[in-house]
Amino acid sequence: MAQLMDNDLLLKVRGLKIEGRADETWNQIVNGVDLDLKKGEVLGLIGESGAGKSTVGLASMGFTRDGCRISGGSVEFDGIDLVNASANVKRQLLGKRIAYVAQSAAASFNPAHKLIDQHTEGPTQHGVMSKSESENDGIELYRKLRLPDPDSIGFRYPHQVSGGQLQRAMTAMAMACRPDLIIFDEPTTALDVTTQIEVLASIREIVEEYNTAAIYITHDLAVVAQMADKIKVLLKGDEVEEADTRTMLSAPKEDYTKSLWAVRSFERPQKPPVAVDATPVVRVHNVTAAYGTVPVLHDVSFDIHEGRTVAVVGESGSGKSTTARCITGLLPPKQGHIEFDGQPLPLDYRKRTKDQLRQAQMIYQMADTALNPRSKIGDIIGRPVEFYLGLKGAAKRKRVEELLDQIELEPSQYIDRLPSELSGGQKQRIGIARALAAEPKFIICDEVTSALDQLVAEGILRLLAKLQDDLKLSYMFITHDLATVKAIADEVVVMKDGKVVEQGLKNDMFQPPHHPYTDLLLSSVPEMDPDWLDNLLAERGVDNIGDAAVDKMG
Amino acid sequence: MQRLGLGLLTLLVVSIVIFVAVNALPGDFAQAILGQGATPEAVAAFREDLGLNRPYLTRYFEWLAGAVRFDFGTAYSQAQFAEFAGSDAGSGLGSVAEMLGPRFRNTIFLAGLTALIAVPFSITIGVLAALYRNSVFDRVANISTLTSISSPEFFLAYILILFLAVINPILPVLSLVNDEMALTERIRMTLLPALTLTLVVTAHMMRMTRAAIINLLASPYIEMARLKGISPMRVIVRHALPNALAPIINVIALNLAYLITGVVVVEVVFVYPGIGQLFVDSVKNRDIPVVQACCLIFAAAYILLNLMADILSILSNPRLRHPK
Amino acid sequence: MSTWMMILAVVVAAAPVAWAMRAGLQSATGNAPKWRDMPLSVAYGYVIGAVILAWLAYTYYLSVTAERTPVDTYFFFRTAVHGFVLFAAAAWVFRLLGQYVGTAGTRKLFRNMPVTAAFGILVILIYAIVSIFAGLIAPYGQEEVLGSANVVPGGNPAMGGNPEFPLGTDQIGRDILSRLIYGAQNTVGIAFATTCLAFFIGGSLGFLAATLQGWLDQVISRTVDVLMAIPALIFALLLMTIATVWANEFGINRTYFMVVIIAVIDSTRVFRLARAVGLNIVVMDYIEAAKLRGEGLGYLIFKEILPNATAPLLAEFGLRFCFVFLTIASLSFLGVGIQPPLADWGTMVRDLSQFINFAAFAPQVASAPLLAAGAIALLTVAVNFVVDWMLHKSSGLKE
Repeated sequence: MAQLMDNDLLLKVRGLKIEGRADETWNQIVNGVDLDLKKGEVLGLIGESGAGKSTVGLASMGFTRDGCRISGGSVEFDGIDLVNASANVKRQLLGKRIAYVAQSAAASFNPAHKLIDQHTEGPTQHGVMSKSESENDGIELYRKLRLPDPDSIGFRYPHQVSGGQLQRAMTAMAMACRPDLIIFDEPTTALDVTTQIEVLASIREIVEEYNTAAIYITHDLAVVAQMADKIKVLLKGDEVEEADTRTMLSAPKEDYTKSLWAVRSFERPQKPPVAVDATPVVRVHNVTAAYGTVPVLHDVSFDIHEGRTVAVVGESGSGKSTTARCITGLLPPKQGHIEFDGQPLPLDYRKRTKDQLRQAQMIYQMADTALNPRSKIGDIIGRPVEFYLGLKGAAKRKRVEELLDQIELEPSQYIDRLPSELSGGQKQRIGIARALAAEPKFIICDEVTSALDQLVAEGILRLLAKLQDDLKLSYMFITHDLATVKAIADEVVVMKDGKVVEQGLKNDMFQPPHHPYTDLLLSSVPEMDPDWLDNLLAERGVDNIGDAAVDKMG
Repeated sequence: MQRLGLGLLTLLVVSIVIFVAVNALPGDFAQAILGQGATPEAVAAFREDLGLNRPYLTRYFEWLAGAVRFDFGTAYSQAQFAEFAGSDAGSGLGSVAEMLGPRFRNTIFLAGLTALIAVPFSITIGVLAALYRNSVFDRVANISTLTSISSPEFFLAYILILFLAVINPILPVLSLVNDEMALTERIRMTLLPALTLTLVVTAHMMRMTRAAIINLLASPYIEMARLKGISPMRVIVRHALPNALAPIINVIALNLAYLITGVVVVEVVFVYPGIGQLFVDSVKNRDIPVVQACCLIFAAAYILLNLMADILSILSNPRLRHPK
Repeated sequence: MSTWMMILAVVVAAAPVAWAMRAGLQSATGNAPKWRDMPLSVAYGYVIGAVILAWLAYTYYLSVTAERTPVDTYFFFRTAVHGFVLFAAAAWVFRLLGQYVGTAGTRKLFRNMPVTAAFGILVILIYAIVSIFAGLIAPYGQEEVLGSANVVPGGNPAMGGNPEFPLGTDQIGRDILSRLIYGAQNTVGIAFATTCLAFFIGGSLGFLAATLQGWLDQVISRTVDVLMAIPALIFALLLMTIATVWANEFGINRTYFMVVIIAVIDSTRVFRLARAVGLNIVVMDYIEAAKLRGEGLGYLIFKEILPNATAPLLAEFGLRFCFVFLTIASLSFLGVGIQPPLADWGTMVRDLSQFINFAAFAPQVASAPLLAAGAIALLTVAVNFVVDWMLHKSSGLKE
């Protein structure tokens, strides 16, 4: 019996330790991970950034990136010891029996060669197929992955094909030699939700069809719930727990896993609708804008009321951030105007008064680029205090300390630090404090949580909610993530191609009937239910999900 | 096409800059050339001969029109000589173009020989250093190229003279080439200046090639190729090289442009009869037409090479070769 | 010809030797991964490296043991090896010293420093001290014409030297050592001033263009494009021709003109860099935040942009200094640079250059011009080593 089990085992990793080099010293980044994978099985590997997921994924191919090395443990693929195998032996396996799908397909395809030539390279080099056989097989795979125009798409260069299509073409390339194992390294992270769902569906189908074993690496629980048979959770190079998907989702054992699961449960009750005659804090009034001659916004209008959060939702290129630029005056609209407390604002920020500028503040997506790396925290927060309120010396310091208290950072400990000495979540808090320092009525939050790990992001959302209640702030919340919308918004504005598609109260928006685009957007967000994708496909059919459906909408 | 136009426009503006600069000389220029002892009549006649008393604009266009036909006027040194000899300056004297012609060929020969040695040599070293980066070889290459970049050309020249011409008399100290020489003899004569320039240019080219290749090897598609189990040789030839072409061509053209500056000092050290040496002599004698002409030729070559770098790197970029 | 045949033989013979070496090591170490996965090309490289090292060692052995009279053939080789070892040792000791002396910050800095960078810092320090205190160190004045001309360096009377003039005297009897020391003051000082001027012009215009953009940026950028289309040395020579006439006209030392001309030409390169660095910073969100706060231009440039541009600008300052220094040396060497009788290394090389031809029978005589040229090279090498280390460090931190 045990013998049979062993034969069935494709990949066996024991006590894998990996070191990475930083500043001329080697630090352990993976501290002994075990991993078993049977033929045809799909393992989901999840964890936050820095958990070592990709490193483990690559190491199970016997590969380490420059500046990393395997310092202990064993990796056995089908009985072959990959840690001690010679370069030649490993080369025989890579591409032929173990394949890899990278996060960014656009960067991982060689720009100098056509897709099909890169597809056939593996099979011809490993002597699996002749070039023409492999070409025909490639076209067949493209068809199975539902790439548009499968007969000719392979004869294009990578930059001539869109991101979601490239990701599928890369899956086809990984399949070219019919490997036993494929490592998927965050294959859909860079894609919009409507594109992601299509790629997920086609990857899952083809992996099942050829009974390929796979390791699916991602930070998104809902995605991994659709793809994997079992899930392993990593935290800072340590294994937290492993179980099959359903058990893991319904009954996680470890506290860390439970907290990950609980993130999505944060949801603020919606506030009652405002009185019809109330003056909005900010009114975006029929704004049309263009970058040079390229039009980006068409007749956008919405209101933001006191103490409310308006979430502006849309995929990349929908004009969310451009709307914010119009409100702040960085991009003066061609037509329409912005009202603040019923008074029209000058279109260009340079023409606005200091008080007008003070009232509208902004928090940015990338806290790294939003804080001057050469300024101390005290100076970053102190500057608006001094600039707008005229406080100096001890009074200024006192105010800065109050602000640090408000964002839940110990003043004495942080006031003299540089941004580089803080974690991502702490930096984002400093960004919030800087906005608060101006004592504004209105704050634009531009994707403030999308660069953060889920647990940290949740903390930021809770803080923003608390501040709103305490200070009666109005938020414009730009995001592409519907879970965030659910958590914090009072009202929702859905944008597509520079137009407002639908707007209304949050509870109304998450209940049918929807505008078709809103419906598609909502239906494309993976849920923490292993049957979600199956149900969706059963309900709508393959041709009515993702970009295909967007195209149908015209 | 647009870039070609831009290049020509730049050249035109540069010619104006050169002309204006030269004509910004103070006082009576003819007087300055002929010295305080010259009679007013002689100065007047000299001015007349050179056409110095006509409007600037006319002179600029005449000069430019001449330059296009490779007619750069008469050298002052010759005109001056004619003045003292009492003959008519315009007749029977060598023009600037005649002075420049053979020297231009010599300089091209020197630059060509240098490029022939330096380009393959430095690209090989650069690629090797990138492939085996942080190895002993890379470090030695790094330190020695840094040293050779840092040394003034004349220092390198004298070191080479010392070891290859004086202590071990393999090559001649002076490069007195002339048109009657056989090619092998000519190469032997030119080898030492060419080697000096090679040292300078190789260092730059090797470092830039190394940086370009390292940059390229770090790209995800190279990792992808490795993960497809392709042999290291094939990764280099098929995946790295087609993409390395654009940066390497750029490096070559930029460094050939750099050669132009290097040529001046090296020609002076080796008394090599090229444009650089003529230029320096004319600068010292304040022979304005020659200085103008040399300056224009150098600038034109420089602009041309930079333009070539631009165009070739566009041509070798697959994204631009196969538009959407 | 036999030399070439020998080199060819070594190049060919190294291949089988490399193969044998690899095979031998593979079996000796029981197929350890290091040797098992070594390509033949790498093994070949090791063999060639070993041959070159052996050849250098053999030549050095000859240079120490060979007869030194009548002609000391290996004088330069021996001096070079000794100089190399001496400098390497000094740099190593200096780094060791730096690890134990100074503040915690500098000690940490020295601990992670390659020897080349330590060498660079050491040399720059020595040059700075020599050029600042030139008047105190130099035994004679820079323009002082002493009794005897053309005294041979080395201070050995038997070979035409004079202990009073350890590095000899030049063709009109000035002490070469004193002129070298004063040369440090003149050449380095002038180059430093020029670089500062170039940075002041190029840096301020570059940041202004990056911050304001619009037509001002267009005008300056296009002007810089045109100025950069003329090779720097050629342009400098052209302008120096004119400057010389002006200098004579007004009786001003042409060195001042040279400083301004080179500063302007070099400021174009500084402008490009400052503008590029500035543009990279200007797109950052913290600049947008400051703009939206209503901050003025002065605050933006001095408080937000400049502090973040210091690292690349400092590295560029080093490279620019080298470039300016070499340009000035070249101009002086060509006879249109720093005006005599000020002592200056470029001019010294030119004046003493004919002595190089005596190297075959009197090596010491030939060393005089090389000393001045070497002094130039040593400083630029030192600065480049330090800049290379700085760049490496800042790029390493980013990864």
